[in-house]
Amino acid sequence: MKKNGCIFLCVLLACQLQAATIRVGKQHAINSIKAAIKQSRAGDTILVAAGLYKEGNIVVNKRLVLLGENFPELDGQHKYEVLTITADSTIVKGFRVQHSGHASLDDPGGIKILEANYVVIEGNVLYDNFFGVYVQYGKHCLIKNNTLVAFGKEEQQIGNGVHCWKSDSLQIIGNNISGHRDGIYFEFVTASVIWRNVSAGNIRYGLHFMFSNNDSYFTNTFKNNGAGVAVMYSKQVTMMNNNFEQNWGDAAYGLLLKEISDSYISGNQFRQNTSGIWMEGTSRIKMERNAFVQNGWAMQVQASCMDNLITDNNFIANTFDMGTNGDVVLNTVASNYWDKCEGYDLDRNGFSDVPFRPLSMFSVVVEKNPSAMLLFRSFLVSLLDRSEKIFPSLTPEQFIDKSPRMKPLPL
Amino acid sequence: MKKIIRFVLTDILRNRIVIAYAVLMAVLSWTVFNMEDTGSKGVLTLLNIVLLVVPLVSVLFSTIYIYNSAEFIELLLSQPVKRPQIWLSLFGGLSISFIIAFAVAVGLPLFLFADFHQAVILFATGCLLSAIFVALAFLAAIMSRDKAKGVGVSILLWLYFALLFDGLVLFLMFQFADYPIEKPMVLLSATSPLDLARILNLMQIDASAMMGYTGAIFKNYFGSGWGVVLSFGLLLAWALVPFWISLRIFKRKDL
Repeated sequence: MKKNGCIFLCVLLACQLQAATIRVGKQHAINSIKAAIKQSRAGDTILVAAGLYKEGNIVVNKRLVLLGENFPELDGQHKYEVLTITADSTIVKGFRVQHSGHASLDDPGGIKILEANYVVIEGNVLYDNFFGVYVQYGKHCLIKNNTLVAFGKEEQQIGNGVHCWKSDSLQIIGNNISGHRDGIYFEFVTASVIWRNVSAGNIRYGLHFMFSNNDSYFTNTFKNNGAGVAVMYSKQVTMMNNNFEQNWGDAAYGLLLKEISDSYISGNQFRQNTSGIWMEGTSRIKMERNAFVQNGWAMQVQASCMDNLITDNNFIANTFDMGTNGDVVLNTVASNYWDKCEGYDLDRNGFSDVPFRPLSMFSVVVEKNPSAMLLFRSFLVSLLDRSEKIFPSLTPEQFIDKSPRMKPLPL
Repeated sequence: MKKIIRFVLTDILRNRIVIAYAVLMAVLSWTVFNMEDTGSKGVLTLLNIVLLVVPLVSVLFSTIYIYNSAEFIELLLSQPVKRPQIWLSLFGGLSISFIIAFAVAVGLPLFLFADFHQAVILFATGCLLSAIFVALAFLAAIMSRDKAKGVGVSILLWLYFALLFDGLVLFLMFQFADYPIEKPMVLLSATSPLDLARILNLMQIDASAMMGYTGAIFKNYFGSGWGVVLSFGLLLAWALVPFWISLRIFKRKDL
C-alpha cells in the first residue's frame, strides 16, 4: 500500500510538472496573449499564430516559452512598451515586435528584460521601436539572431538597438541592427560577449561601451554609423576580428578609445573611416595584426596615451598614418608595415634598415590648424614633408618605428 | 583670323617643342597608370605632375614664342588687319596647340584607366590651366619690350602660383590661427588657379582627408554641383581676365 501510494504521488507530481502548450490565435479558443499568460503556469509554452495583436503592454511574469508562428505582429501602437519580461528563463522566439511607444522618461522598449536571468530572445524582428531589446539587471541572457530596424532621425528622439544596463554574462550574437541611436549599448555590463552582429547605419555609435569591464566583442561589422564605435571608461575589453567600415564625417571614428586600459585589439579591419582609431587617455593596450586601409587618419594617438604597444599592423593607402597633439610619446610602435616607408633591406631579414617616422609634418600642421587642409597635396607641402623626414623639427623625435616591415602581413 | 591661327598652329608644330612636351606628358601618364595599382591613386600622382609641368611649359614657351614673333606681328600690323584680331589669333593658336597636346597626351590614358568622373574633372582643369598660363604669358610679354625681363616675369609668375602662394597661405593661417578663418581661406584659395584646380580635383578623389570641419566647408563650396560650376567659372575668368588686360595694352601700345 505504501508502495502504491508512492507511485500515485509520482504520477500526480508528473502531471503537475507536465508543461502544457497553449495555442493563441483567431482560429483557437484563446485569441489574446495576455489571457494565455494569465491561464498558464510556469513552464508552459504559448504558441502564437500569425496575426496582428494590439494588446498594449504584455507582461511575462512566469517562466514561459513564447513561440511565434510566421512572425505574429505584437504592436505597441506607438503608445506602449510591447513586451516586458520579469521572469527568469523565459524564451521569446519568432515574433515581430513593432511600434513601441516613444518616451524619454520610462524608456519603453520593444522587448524589455527587467531583473530576470537566463532569458532567451531569439529570431525576432523588432521594427520601429524606441529601444529594441532593453536589458536591465539581467544575467546570463541570450539575445540571438534578431533583426532590429528603426528609423531614428535625431539622437534625442530614438533609443538604442540592444541596450544593456547593469547586467552580467550576456551573449549578444548574430543580430542585425540599423537606424537606432547606438546599435549596441553597454553600461555597467560585465563578463559579456558580443559576437557576429552587424550594426550599420545607426545615428550615433555602432557599439557603445561605458564603464563595462571584462567584455569581448568578436567578428562584428560596424559600418556607416554616425560616429563609429566608442569604448569608454572601461577595462579589460577584448576586440578581435571586427570590421570597422565607412564611418565618415567630422568627429566620426572607426573606433574611439577613451580612458581604456589593459585591453587587447587584434585582427580588426579598419577601412575608409575618417579616423581609424582615435585614442585618448588609454593605457596598457596591445594592438596587433590589425589592417588600416584607406582611412583619413589610420590612428590618432593623443599625447595622453601611455604604455600602449602597436605592433605587426598593416598601414595601407591611408592619407595620414598617424596623428598626435603633443610632443610626448610614451607608446611603443614597432614592426608594422607602412606603405609610405621607403626603406631598404640590405641584410634581407624582412625589416627595413631605415626607421620610419609615421607622423608626417603636414599631419602635425593640420592637427594644430585644421584649415591647413586647404594645402593638402600641394607642391609646397610635399617639399616640407620631405625635408621634415630627413631632419625632424616639428614632429616628435621619438615617434618612430625602428624596424618597419618591408612587406605587408597577410591579414 | 582663321588664316593667322592656322599659320600659328603650323609654326608651333614645326617648332617641335610642343610635340616633345606632348610626348613627355604621354610617357609620364602612361607610366603613372601602369605603376599605380588603383586608378584614383594614379589620378593623384598625375594631378601633381599636371599642376607642376603644364603651367611651367605653357607659360615659358608662350612668352618666348611671343617675343620671337615680334617681327611677324609687326609685319601683320602693316596689313589691313585689326589689332585685336592679331592678338586673339595668336592666343587662340597657342592655347589650342597646348590643349590639343594635353588632350592627346594625358586625356587618352586618363579616360582609359581612371574613373570617369575624376577623369573629366582632371581633364577639364588641365585644359583650362593650359589656357590660363598662356594668357599669363601674354600679360608678362606685353609688359616689357625686354625679352629677358619678360621671361623672368613669367618664371616668377609660375613660381609664385606653384610654390610661394601656398607658403603665403600657410603663413597667414598660422598668423590668424585664433580667428575663424575657414571661410576667408576658401576665398583666398580662389585667388590662385593652381590651388583652385587642386582642391577641385581632390574633392573628387581624396574625400577622406578633406572631411574635417574645414573639409565640410570646402565641400559646401566646391563639392556641390554649383560649387564645381562656380570654380570652373573662376578658372575661366583666370584665363580671360589676364588676356583681356594684355589685349587692352596691346591695342594702344606703340610697337
